[in-house]
Amino acid sequence: MTIDMGQFYQVFFDEADELLAEMEKLLLALDVSAPDGEDLNAIFRAAHSIKGGAATFAFNDITEVTHMLESLLDRIRKGEMALTPEHVDVFLVAKDVLTMQMDGHHRGSSVDQDAVDSVCRRLKALSQGVAADAAVPAPAAAPDPSPAPVADADGNYRFRIELPDVPRKDVDALAAELGLLGMIAQETLADQRAAFTLTTSETQDTIVAICAFVLDPDDLRITHDAPGAAAQAPAEAVSRPDGDPGYGLFEPEKATPATPAADEPAPAAGPVADNGNPGRRATDREGANHESSSIRVGVEKVDQLINLVGELVITQAMIEQRINALDPIVHERLLDSASQLARNTRDLQEAVMSIRMMPMDYVFSRFPRMVRDLAAKLGKKVEFVTRGAATELDKGLIERIVDPLTHLVRNSVDHGIEPPEKRRDASKSETGRLTLSAAHQGGNIVIEVSDDGGGLNRDKILAKARQQGLPVSDGMPDGDVWQLIFAPGFSTADVVTDVSGRGVGMDVVKRNITAMGGTVDIRSAPGAGTTIAISLPLTLAILDGMSVKVGEEIYILPLGYVVESLQPAAVDVKEVAGQGKVVKVREEYLPLIPLHQIFAIEPRFEDPSQGITVILETDGKKAALLVDSLVGQQQVVVKNLESNFRKVAGISGATILGDGGVSLILDVSALLRSSRQLNADPIFF
Amino acid sequence: MMTKTILAVDDSGSLRQMLSYSLKAAGYGVIEAVDGEDGLNKARQQAVDLVLTDQNMPGMDGLSLIRALRAMKGYQRVPILMLTTESGDDIKAMGRAAGASGWLVKPFDPARLTEVVKKLIG
Amino acid sequence: MSYTTQAPTQTHIPASIEAAADGGGKEFLAFTLGREEYGIDILRVQEIRGYEPVTRIANSPEFIKGVVNLRGTIVPIVDMRIKFNLGSPTYDQFTVVIILNIAGRVVGMVVDSVSDVTTLTPQQIKPAPEIGTAFDTDYLIGLGTLGERMLILVDIDRLMSSAEMGLIEDMAA
Repeated sequence: MTIDMGQFYQVFFDEADELLAEMEKLLLALDVSAPDGEDLNAIFRAAHSIKGGAATFAFNDITEVTHMLESLLDRIRKGEMALTPEHVDVFLVAKDVLTMQMDGHHRGSSVDQDAVDSVCRRLKALSQGVAADAAVPAPAAAPDPSPAPVADADGNYRFRIELPDVPRKDVDALAAELGLLGMIAQETLADQRAAFTLTTSETQDTIVAICAFVLDPDDLRITHDAPGAAAQAPAEAVSRPDGDPGYGLFEPEKATPATPAADEPAPAAGPVADNGNPGRRATDREGANHESSSIRVGVEKVDQLINLVGELVITQAMIEQRINALDPIVHERLLDSASQLARNTRDLQEAVMSIRMMPMDYVFSRFPRMVRDLAAKLGKKVEFVTRGAATELDKGLIERIVDPLTHLVRNSVDHGIEPPEKRRDASKSETGRLTLSAAHQGGNIVIEVSDDGGGLNRDKILAKARQQGLPVSDGMPDGDVWQLIFAPGFSTADVVTDVSGRGVGMDVVKRNITAMGGTVDIRSAPGAGTTIAISLPLTLAILDGMSVKVGEEIYILPLGYVVESLQPAAVDVKEVAGQGKVVKVREEYLPLIPLHQIFAIEPRFEDPSQGITVILETDGKKAALLVDSLVGQQQVVVKNLESNFRKVAGISGATILGDGGVSLILDVSALLRSSRQLNADPIFF
Repeated sequence: MMTKTILAVDDSGSLRQMLSYSLKAAGYGVIEAVDGEDGLNKARQQAVDLVLTDQNMPGMDGLSLIRALRAMKGYQRVPILMLTTESGDDIKAMGRAAGASGWLVKPFDPARLTEVVKKLIG
Repeated sequence: MSYTTQAPTQTHIPASIEAAADGGGKEFLAFTLGREEYGIDILRVQEIRGYEPVTRIANSPEFIKGVVNLRGTIVPIVDMRIKFNLGSPTYDQFTVVIILNIAGRVVGMVVDSVSDVTTLTPQQIKPAPEIGTAFDTDYLIGLGTLGERMLILVDIDRLMSSAEMGLIEDMAA
């Protein structure tokens, strides 16, 4: 089988360009006096990766420079050598030389061999720990213009020096002189000429310079190879002798290490990955995995694509809305096409979004260990199961879901699952089951933390709520009672353990999830367990919004904050001296935030009983936002206002409406904060 | 006959492409992963017949991946071949201790690659 | 109505001035505000558009008209006529918005009208007088003379990034 390696060159060049750029960036940002170990590793890796590619594709000149660079970097990152500003300088020069060599192979541009030699010399000098400036004079003409040799682990090179026919005493003198440079062996060639094998850390130039005392360097023949394993020298590795297969297999019994535990039934607190049915997405990924080619694209390009598709989705929704008013029989074909468009748009949106997606396993994988340790610490038996780990979520969201999920999982182990004896008494298996699952539901991802523990205690929660002065009644539906645990500072644990329940509570979880545009729901049954379900939008770029109108202006409210909207009766609106107005909603007095007053708009209605109040909730605080009217609900594409403008108080972003106009998205948290100190003077100006 | 699937883990796109191309040309199915973590995720999603992994990668390196795979259900006996630029004995020993089935020195030519893969999984 | 100047050279330039461009001259977009003619570095000009309805930003100074959607990005529009009390701020089909791109930030600037692109050599640029213009001399490059015409050359980068315009976050804040 022959394979044309040339077809991979382009990828190698692109990749090497990126690596070189990255290397340069890291080098420039490096603090020489206290370099970050991770940065040094990253620089080393860049050199290493380029070397690997170059060797594979037989760009030997690049292999050689990167090898020297890598060797030196390796010593520095291992702390065998201190980083100096000179190192950084030489590395930067080496980077330029590599770029030049790369261009030579890629575009056929000329390569300045002197520059290559010079940087190799400096790299080598540095690896010997001496100053690498022009201390080693460049000879006028090197007899062998082949690229610099490759050093072994000790920084030594092995040179083979064939001398011309010179008097015996000169040979001996040279042998003695060169012997000072390292280890030398002498042999006599068939034609009686002498040849040396010299293992030294010196350069070929030095050897030439020494020989030049007794003979014409042009008559010298110097070749070099690395001592030790042939594979060590990449230039030769490509044409490895047939005797050396370049691979090896370990003894079969050693191929199976002594970790048989995972093949056995899972231990009590061990992780069980229930991936039996990864679902369609996993299958999709598998298909994608078989795709051999890939391209690298900047995140901003992906985001731009996502934005454009988002707008398309909105336009499509508008079309759908308008044609729904048409007679379905007269316009049958138009309606058919429109529903086709709807399907295509949805597919396109899903496909585009998937670019930024990462599997939930990224988050899930950190829990088995945590659950096991926690369970052990608490003397509980917990079987941990994950489902739908392949379910994908936007990269930006996945990073932000880690903390809330960690809190919920800790809570479940700590407060949810009972100790073994208590479970036994309740005729349950001693081992509790904690399930972490993720699944797609419509445009959202639903992540559930579910335990088969004792469930939430309704009476305890109500008692605690009363104690904290929260408005509760005995007849409240379960769902409302469960939501009380999200109130700030609320904890129902009998004992405040050091695992959870102290300080940060469920209110933080709720706030984080709300900030991500998501919602949290609780299902619980006494004795049977608790399930906390987090529902998140698949991406941050699109938001479910409610558009409201004040005067001639339209604003967007993120739907996640909206509890309900209503028109209060005149008697339910009260003036609080110096504090503005409050609205009585279901036995609660909520501060009234007149949007027109905050944003200095001429409204249609100043009287709350004529306009509409939207009840907003965040951080457990509610307020009533007064607007003229509700316009509707729609998905909006979130645009950053600050890219070209400054931050505006009360506004979190902007969006583009179907007609091309701009509408501002309200910063609900800021509005609610303002309501707590709302008085005669608006705080926004 | 079922196509054998190979998981190829390397942070270098060109190497990955080369591996993938050569192995596919030899009739294998190939799943690519860009680093140890990605490799682990992909191994979790689908059973594979052989894992080829680079040693030096950002984030989770090859040795850690091998250890993680060996601790994973279904991966105790799957051959894992370590790709390495160093052919030193210590790296081989580390690979062996981590649970690798063998090693392959980079650079290698495609024929060598398919030769060793054939030896392992036919 | 909107029209774009893809490259400044597309605008009509007398041959004599174009030739001068090679001699170290710099190109300025000339526009009028009230009775004065101003010039800004053409390289900062992304395009020239007609005035479109804006979305008002509450509690902003009067000269910040609001924001518009420019091909998917949100761009603030400032009216220089209001900011510097020049001319009359009317908005009709003749109102011109110069879209500037300053260090990657895009902002629209409403002026009375746009005249042309002119090239000025260093010899044609005189220091700005201490008084006599609506702009603080800090924001002026100098005065450009072109025959009978006199252009007040504005350092648009400096002006648009100034705290006075309030377009970007106050660094000190």
